[in-house]
Amino acid sequence: MNIKKITLPLTDDVISDLHAGDSVLLTGTVITGRDAAHKRLYELLEKGEELPVNLQGEVIYYVGPAPAKPGHAVGPAGPTSSYRMDKYTPALLDRGLKGMIGKGARSEAVIESMKKNGVVYFAAIGGAAALISRSIKKAEVLAYEDLGTEAIYRFTVEDFPAIVAIDAYGHSALAKG
Amino acid sequence: MNVREISAAAITGAVKQAFMDLNYHIGSDILSALQTAQQTETSPVAQNVLSQLLENHRIASEEEIPICQDTGMAVLFIQYGEQVVIRDGHFEEAVQEGVRQAYTDGYLRKSVVDDPVFDRVNTKDNTPALLYTDIVPGDKITILAGCKGFGSENMSAVKMLTPSAGLEGVRQFILDTVHYAGPNPCPPIVVGVGIGGTFEKAALLAKKATLRPINTHHTDERYAALEDELLTAINTMGYGPAGLGGQTTALGVNIETSPTHIAGMPVAVNICCHAARHKTITI
Repeated sequence: MNIKKITLPLTDDVISDLHAGDSVLLTGTVITGRDAAHKRLYELLEKGEELPVNLQGEVIYYVGPAPAKPGHAVGPAGPTSSYRMDKYTPALLDRGLKGMIGKGARSEAVIESMKKNGVVYFAAIGGAAALISRSIKKAEVLAYEDLGTEAIYRFTVEDFPAIVAIDAYGHSALAKG
Repeated sequence: MNVREISAAAITGAVKQAFMDLNYHIGSDILSALQTAQQTETSPVAQNVLSQLLENHRIASEEEIPICQDTGMAVLFIQYGEQVVIRDGHFEEAVQEGVRQAYTDGYLRKSVVDDPVFDRVNTKDNTPALLYTDIVPGDKITILAGCKGFGSENMSAVKMLTPSAGLEGVRQFILDTVHYAGPNPCPPIVVGVGIGGTFEKAALLAKKATLRPINTHHTDERYAALEDELLTAINTMGYGPAGLGGQTTALGVNIETSPTHIAGMPVAVNICCHAARHKTITI
C-alpha cells in the first residue's frame, strides 16, 4: 500500500494533493483538544475574546491521553469520536485550523466548512492507542492544564499513522453502510 | 451457617489487579476473532487496520500499558456469597479503593466527572465505580469487572417495544442501532443486547452481554441462532474496521434475556468497541 509521508504544518499545496482514502504518516507538531477544551475555545470566540492558542495553520488531534509511564513521552493516545466536536468545529476552521485528526463521521456543516476553508480530516485508528503513542515523541501542555487529560497539548509526532477520512473537496473514505 | 472472613485489603488488592490486567491484556476471544477477520477481509485498508489493532494489543500487553486511552468508567457485576463477612473495612469502600489504586498506580486514564450537567469536574481517581451486587448462597465473592470506552457507550440505546412488535421488532431495533452508530464506536464492535425485564433491567443485561466472551452463545438455541443471524446481517452493512469499509463491522453479538411484563418487551443495545475488556475474579 502506498503511504504518503507528510511534514507538518500542512500547506495548501499538500492539502490539495490529499484525497479520501490516502494512507499518511505525519511528522511535525499537532495540538490536541477534545470536548472540554473545544467548549472553552468556542465560548471565547463567541465573546470575541482572544484564544490561548493560535490555530493558524495547525492540525488538531482529538485525544485525551492516558498518563505516561516513566520513560514514555505520553501514555496510550488514540483518537476520540470527532462528531462531538462538530458543534464547535466550523468556528475553529474559520480561525485558520487546517487539519483535524479523530475518528468517525462528521456533520454536513463541518464538511461544508472544510471545503470553504481548505481543511483535511484524518482518521486515526480508534483503539490503536498503545501503537499510536509510539509515534508521539514529546507532549507539553499549551493551555487549560486544569483539564488534565482534556488540556490542550502540543505533541511532537514522527510518522504518526492516519488515513484521509474526508478531504478538502468533501470526499469521504468512511463507509456509508 | 459457617462464616468466612475476607479482609477489606484482600478485596482492594484483587479489584486493583483485575482492572490493571483487563486494561493491559485483551481477551483471547477478541484476539482470535481479530486474527480470523484479518484472514477473511479482502480490502487492503481493512487488513491494515486489523494488523494495527493486533500490533496494538501486542504492545499493550508486552509493555503493560492500556490497550486504549479510554479506560472507561469501572463497572462491576458482583455475586456476593451470603456467608462472607468483611474484616477491617466495608465491602463497597474496599472495591472503590481497588479501582482508585488501579487507575492511579496503573497509569489508567481518569475519565469520571463528579456532576453530569453543571460542574463536570474530574474526580481524578476514576471513582465512583458502578457496582451491581447480587447476594447468592456460598462463601465466595465473584466479580465480573469491565470497563468500556464512551465512544461506543454513546452509541447505545434502549427501546420499550411492546409484544406485538415480535421478533421482527427486536431484530430491526438492534440493526437500526448498529446502523445509526456507523463508523463511530470503533468497529469492529461487540454488540450486547438485553431483552426483557424492565427499562433498567434490559440495560443492565445489555451491559452484561458486552462482558460475555464472544465465543459463547445464549443457552436457549433460538436466541443463539438470533445472535449468529444478527452478526451475519451486521457484517453485510459494510462499515468495516475503523469504519473505513470491509466485512468485519462486528466481532460478536451477545444476547441476554429475562422474564418480563405481559405488556412489554424492552430491548437494550449496548455497543462495545473491539477493545471489549473484562475479567472475572473469585475471592
